Amino acid sequence: MNINLKVWRQKNMNVVGSFVNYKLSNVNPNMSFLEMFDMLNEKLISQKEDPIAFDHDCREGICGACSMFINGYPHGNKHGVTTCQLHMREFTDNQTIVVEPWRAKAFPVIKDLIVDRSSLDRIISSGGFVSLNTGSARDANEILISKEDAEESLSAASCIGCGACVAACKNASAMLFVGAKIYQFSKLPQGKIEEKKRIKSMLKQMDKENFGHCTNTGACSAECPKEISLDVISSLNKDFIKSSF
Amino acid sequence: MILNSKIPDGPIIHKWEQYKSKVRLVSPNNKKKFEIIIIGSGLAGSSAAATLAELGYNVKIFYYQDSPRRAHSIAAQGGINAAKNYQNDGDSIYRLFYDTIKGGDYRSREANVYRLAEISSNIIDQCVAQGIPFAREYNGLLNNRSFGGVQVSRTFYAAGQTGQQLLLGAYGSLMRQVSKGKIQLYSRHEMMDIVIKNGKSVGIISRNLINGKLERHFGHAVILATGGYSNVFYLSTNAMNSNVTAIWQAYKRGALFANPCFVQIHPTCIPISGNYQSKLTLMSESLRNDGRIWVPKKYNDNRDPNLISEDERDYYLERRYPAFGNLVPRDVAARAAKERCDAGFGVGSSKMAVYLDFRDAIIKYGKIECKINKLKNCDHNLYYKLGKKVIKNKYGNLFSMYKQITGVDPYNNPMMIYPAVHYTMGGLWIDYELMTNIKGLYSIGECNFSDHGANRLGASALMQGLADGYFILPYTIGSYLSEHLNLEHVDINDDVFKETELDVINTINSIINIQGSKSVNYFHKKLGQIMWNKCSISRSKEGLEEAIKEIKILKEDFNKNVFVNQNDKNLNIELEKAMRLLNFFDMSELMCKDALNRNESCGGHFRVEYQTKDNEPMRDDINFSHVSVWEYSKKYQSHILHKEKLSYNDVNISQRSYK
Ligand SMILES: Cc1cc2nc3c(=O)[nH]c(=O)nc-3n(C[C@H](O)[C@H](O)[C@H](O)COP(=O)(O)OP(=O)(O)OC[C@H]3O[C@@H](n4cnc5c(N)ncnc54)[C@H](O)[C@@H]3O)c2cc1C
Ligand code: SF4
Ligand code: FES
Repeated sequence: MNINLKVWRQKNMNVVGSFVNYKLSNVNPNMSFLEMFDMLNEKLISQKEDPIAFDHDCREGICGACSMFINGYPHGNKHGVTTCQLHMREFTDNQTIVVEPWRAKAFPVIKDLIVDRSSLDRIISSGGFVSLNTGSARDANEILISKEDAEESLSAASCIGCGACVAACKNASAMLFVGAKIYQFSKLPQGKIEEKKRIKSMLKQMDKENFGHCTNTGACSAECPKEISLDVISSLNKDFIKSSF
Repeated sequence: MILNSKIPDGPIIHKWEQYKSKVRLVSPNNKKKFEIIIIGSGLAGSSAAATLAELGYNVKIFYYQDSPRRAHSIAAQGGINAAKNYQNDGDSIYRLFYDTIKGGDYRSREANVYRLAEISSNIIDQCVAQGIPFAREYNGLLNNRSFGGVQVSRTFYAAGQTGQQLLLGAYGSLMRQVSKGKIQLYSRHEMMDIVIKNGKSVGIISRNLINGKLERHFGHAVILATGGYSNVFYLSTNAMNSNVTAIWQAYKRGALFANPCFVQIHPTCIPISGNYQSKLTLMSESLRNDGRIWVPKKYNDNRDPNLISEDERDYYLERRYPAFGNLVPRDVAARAAKERCDAGFGVGSSKMAVYLDFRDAIIKYGKIECKINKLKNCDHNLYYKLGKKVIKNKYGNLFSMYKQITGVDPYNNPMMIYPAVHYTMGGLWIDYELMTNIKGLYSIGECNFSDHGANRLGASALMQGLADGYFILPYTIGSYLSEHLNLEHVDINDDVFKETELDVINTINSIINIQGSKSVNYFHKKLGQIMWNKCSISRSKEGLEEAIKEIKILKEDFNKNVFVNQNDKNLNIELEKAMRLLNFFDMSELMCKDALNRNESCGGHFRVEYQTKDNEPMRDDINFSHVSVWEYSKKYQSHILHKEKLSYNDVNISQRSYK
């Protein structure tokens, strides 16, 4: 395949970036999107140019590092996959592909396609855990948890913290990310106890980090590679109302 | 050199209890005075950081990802072992201990392994209390499955994303301590070297990957939790950035390296599809609970697998190992697959693959569902439909991952799989307290050597990482620190920091000044090929000697012809990769040397010269029942071998047999 790429290049945090065009031929349709970028970078290096910086690590859809905004969609147009799991067979010969970093006030660009997502860490730090010291736990089977609850909890806990929901949202809200963590714990007795406090402090931190407000457009869930359901947000809204009284 | 493993006296079942009751403690007031550096935020590093901070220590944690949650542990799929015996199928601490020693082919340390088995239960309690949604039965109790090399069900899991859930649990605990100000995060920071003064580790030199700045950090103790070095092979199941730098730099500064050649090749990975390939994807071992592995009986059979009838299929694991069948340990399954493919029975376009087939399992589960739900008029199609649902529940994410990568639907066609490099049992030598031979320098998780011998059992790495981090190190570190209450704060302007930093600067300059024309990946791929061909599933004296020569030549080529952009004041990914590759070169040489030196076959180490008539490995307990412990001699720029004798008092050593 031949591919025309339009890639955002930005030297560092302090300068303005711009799009640069690249042409790539002999792309194998079985390559992953990142392998296509590897190929492009090899080409740039052979011309002694600076390769394009992008985040990645596991390359199997679980670490949440990869983060490219492809033709107007975070992780590309294909449903339920991360950038590293996207394959070139999803594109057509001679297609033009525009690649940008995540755009959000809370995610400043570090270089090219790499952004700073430490704001998500700080949201977790504000309350996304069960307050428990090592060594104080009772036998694991003492508290029963229904299979359904465990499964629902896990499906919310599957969030990989990639930030695509924020990039997809016109308000750059992190509500799906926050909702997923809160939902995970709300389904388990161990997490239930601190729920009220957790909701308040995580939402407060989200505001503080300059994420926008949620206006329920649903773009987040539609673009989430782990298909985290919008229910986590509606459930959060209900719980929030309860926790405010 | 004296290798003092500091194993406590007394019967094995009391060693850890006695150690804990006697170890010196650090008082809460004094804990506050200590600064501890942890490198790595995987299961081992995060759990250690959280626990040490809870105890009152001040912790700095370094990792090269942008968030601690992205460490390679996140990718672990299948599960974590614990001797809970919830299934009442005869499990016990002793049995987990025994299975691990046997699985490791009698090359691990008894006392360490027993302690691991003892602690395993606490880990599950801890993780459940953290709100980790493990798989449950309908009655609300925890569910288990079995893994290779054992005959009980002791593996706890969260679908095919156990590592993710465990790591997020540890990450939560870590972030809780961040909010309390007890832990400082150093994201996108790579440790470049370790600082040692008067035989004690006192800090590190790190590089801020965003702006290229080198930084000096003091610590009363330094804990390496930096994972494995499978990426020596370029292609492996490890995350792309996993590397050996931290432990290799420690080695070059005097820490001992144990069993470098012990590498685990995982039998069930998606085969290589082209030379553009950047990594290999694991298909969890848990799939072997239900999948049957086979190749056609006919040589070079190119038919569609669904057209190959039952009696034309060779279920070679079931044939060769009737007692364990598809659940033999990883090393056995990997070698058997290679044997079939080398003999010309492989499948797929490359002929380097075997089938992992769920057809029978789907039908079996379909029949059970029909029975449970008392359905009438059940036929093949209904069995298939219901069975597919069961399989989807168990392995859904793995099946969709397979389809995503290969474009083939594994519900209707058998998966194609082939072995790939997965885990390194070798690592820094440590004593019972998890301390290296350098005082104050610890190694936990995959980067140490002690528990898995020559082959690791599935679902035991997560267990070991968390045992080390949550339950062992927080005790044992007190033994060292309590002796050093007055350990002076070494100033970061001390000569020793300056000199170490200068070494790093020199290495960086030597790389960026080469200004050749080839990329780092070009060399890394070549190194991977050498290692895969000559130092992986099977090894020979001749091949290893060749490999050592080839690596030398390749390294010289690298030193003349690599191109790395000179801009080291901004993020420079090529420079990061080049620095790592430099250490991989040296590491690979030591691996070959160690493999060459070990004239026996044991666990994942298979030397073609040492096999029985029916191609089973031949272990040599008389000459090789020891840990190979390597020391780097700076003076001669060479490696010196020491031996830690292994003795077994609590298990009977036998030839490992899974027949
Ligand atoms: C695909 C896959 C599936 C697996 N499935 C299972 C399973 O089901 N069960 C099981 O028990 N085991 C499994 N394993 C093995 C297991 O996941 C690993 O052995 C384990 O997670 C290692 O954890 P760790 O904490 O030692 O290191 P890692 O998780 O590898 O973490 C290493 C950390 O060190 C940091 N680091 C490294 N070098 C430096 C440096 N120089 N400077 C700064 N930071 C550095 C990294 O940033 C990272 O944070 C699997 C492995 C793979 C690859
Ligand atoms: S909710 Fe989905 S899109 Fe948002 S961070 Fe989590 S996985 Fe990514
Ligand atoms: S690289 Fe890990 S999710 Fe894409």
